[in-house]
Amino acid sequence: MKPQTIAEKILSAHAGYPVYAGELCIVPVDGAMATDTTAPLAIKAFEEMGGEKLAAPEKFHLIIDHAAPAPNERIANLHQLMRNFASKQQCALYDIGSGICHQVMVDHHTVKPGDIFMGADSHTPTYGALNALACGVGSTDLAAVMLTGKIWLKVPHSIQVILHGHHLQPGVSAKDIALEVVKQLTISGATYQSVEYHGELLHHLSLSDRMVLCNMVAEMGAKTGIVSPEGLQLPYLFNPVFADKEATYTRILEIDAAALHPKIAIPHSPDNVHDVSAYVGTPITYGFIGTCTNGRLSDLHAAAHILRGRSLAPGVRLVIAPASRQVLLDALQDGTIQTLIAAGAAIINSGCGPCVGTHDGVPGDGEVVISAANRNFQGRMGNPQSKIFLASPATVAASVLTGCISLPK
Amino acid sequence: MAKAHVYADNIDTDRIIPGKYTKTLDLSSLAAHVMEDLDPSFSKRFVQRDVIVAGDNFGCGSSREQAPLALKAAGVSLVIARFFARIFFRNAINIGLPVLEIPNHTIQSGDEIQFDLATDIVINVTRNETYQANQLPPVMLAIMQEGGLVAYLKKHKDFILS
Repeated sequence: MKPQTIAEKILSAHAGYPVYAGELCIVPVDGAMATDTTAPLAIKAFEEMGGEKLAAPEKFHLIIDHAAPAPNERIANLHQLMRNFASKQQCALYDIGSGICHQVMVDHHTVKPGDIFMGADSHTPTYGALNALACGVGSTDLAAVMLTGKIWLKVPHSIQVILHGHHLQPGVSAKDIALEVVKQLTISGATYQSVEYHGELLHHLSLSDRMVLCNMVAEMGAKTGIVSPEGLQLPYLFNPVFADKEATYTRILEIDAAALHPKIAIPHSPDNVHDVSAYVGTPITYGFIGTCTNGRLSDLHAAAHILRGRSLAPGVRLVIAPASRQVLLDALQDGTIQTLIAAGAAIINSGCGPCVGTHDGVPGDGEVVISAANRNFQGRMGNPQSKIFLASPATVAASVLTGCISLPK
Repeated sequence: MAKAHVYADNIDTDRIIPGKYTKTLDLSSLAAHVMEDLDPSFSKRFVQRDVIVAGDNFGCGSSREQAPLALKAAGVSLVIARFFARIFFRNAINIGLPVLEIPNHTIQSGDEIQFDLATDIVINVTRNETYQANQLPPVMLAIMQEGGLVAYLKKHKDFILS
């Protein structure tokens, strides 16, 4: 058999015959989810398709995270629609406070290595951290999955990203690597493709780190991102999916991760990436730590490490949204939340929060935000008159202490 | 004849329809805010059945189907791009918004456009140029011909690849 990438292997295993980049296939889906941005339209399309029962209720998950708790009656009614649908269809519903869809799916071990997962959210490739093939789709594609349990896909070509090195410099995290990859591949450089991560650094990356790498393939236009399973540790036995040695890649990108310095994406595009050092001193008034990119326990630890015993600079505010209830509980138990609050942070509900510009911290006109999120498009946080810089939680924490963009020490 | 409204590369879905407006099932409310942050005068200049034309990677970012829905609800008859972001491309075809990939187009704002979705040929009447769009895979073509994935699945009950 011709050598295969990880994406080709996972798709072949589901199609029942070998498939290669460029071919079309119909595959069964191991799991699917939608959020309060995408589920109402998906439910409507499912019903318009004539859907009465979900193909597999146990594989379908609804998460209320994008505007949660509801900021107005219109959204409150959409949440009700989701609750009613879940109750009627006997599928899982994760209500307000459960957390961000992607973190919830990982916390609950919903996605496993080798799975095909479809999510009605563009950051669904995050589960590639688990050596799974996960794609973001729109509401109507998801409705088709709800109805048939299947999806048609074009087998993606793959880009190989090799991460060299055994450790990162102090103050450097997986976010800085992800920003460097977005910079090199650009916002459209991985369109329709799978970004496959390899290299000796993987032995030193946690599941959280891997999630950051796959999360931001959405910012390169990729169909999916998958981390090779070297060094992957899970609390259950699993069958890892490795790429064949001679598999074909459209591009190979080698990164000396050990030599990277902290990175920052400047307004208004996530691929407009530079060294933080080039922007040190730029005034900011608002820091945000959270999202499916950087709202995990390790991210809160990185922030608390810098903020412990200190206070926000005058005129600066810091909003923190733990990625899930589990993250919040863990961060409460070990005192991280107390440290962050003592430094002046405002802790908000576990959910997408201000990242999607709907509620919970919209910036004012002319404000400059430093955020640990994944997108800084104009108007992303709800106000086109504000500017968003993207960086790691450590860089955000260092910056809110000084009131200007600062390097984490 | 339709007039072209031309935009740059990498137009993201946040600029097609900001996230704050997406939580609704009322499609006319989406149309009221389409392209609002990118082109505040869009709703004044746009005439029903006009065409949106873009460069590379149109519709990147969020998976929100509200982006093609907003364009469709506003009366956009066709979106042309050199290439599309993948989720937007699937979404547009799934909801019955015609989209054509034309890598070599040189359409400028205000050009008069004629198109034939049966042949995927676009004529730039202003510049006397003809473009052939990239062909869709058969499954996508069939979904587009049915007017979207809802109608396709109502008819076929399942996906057919060829």
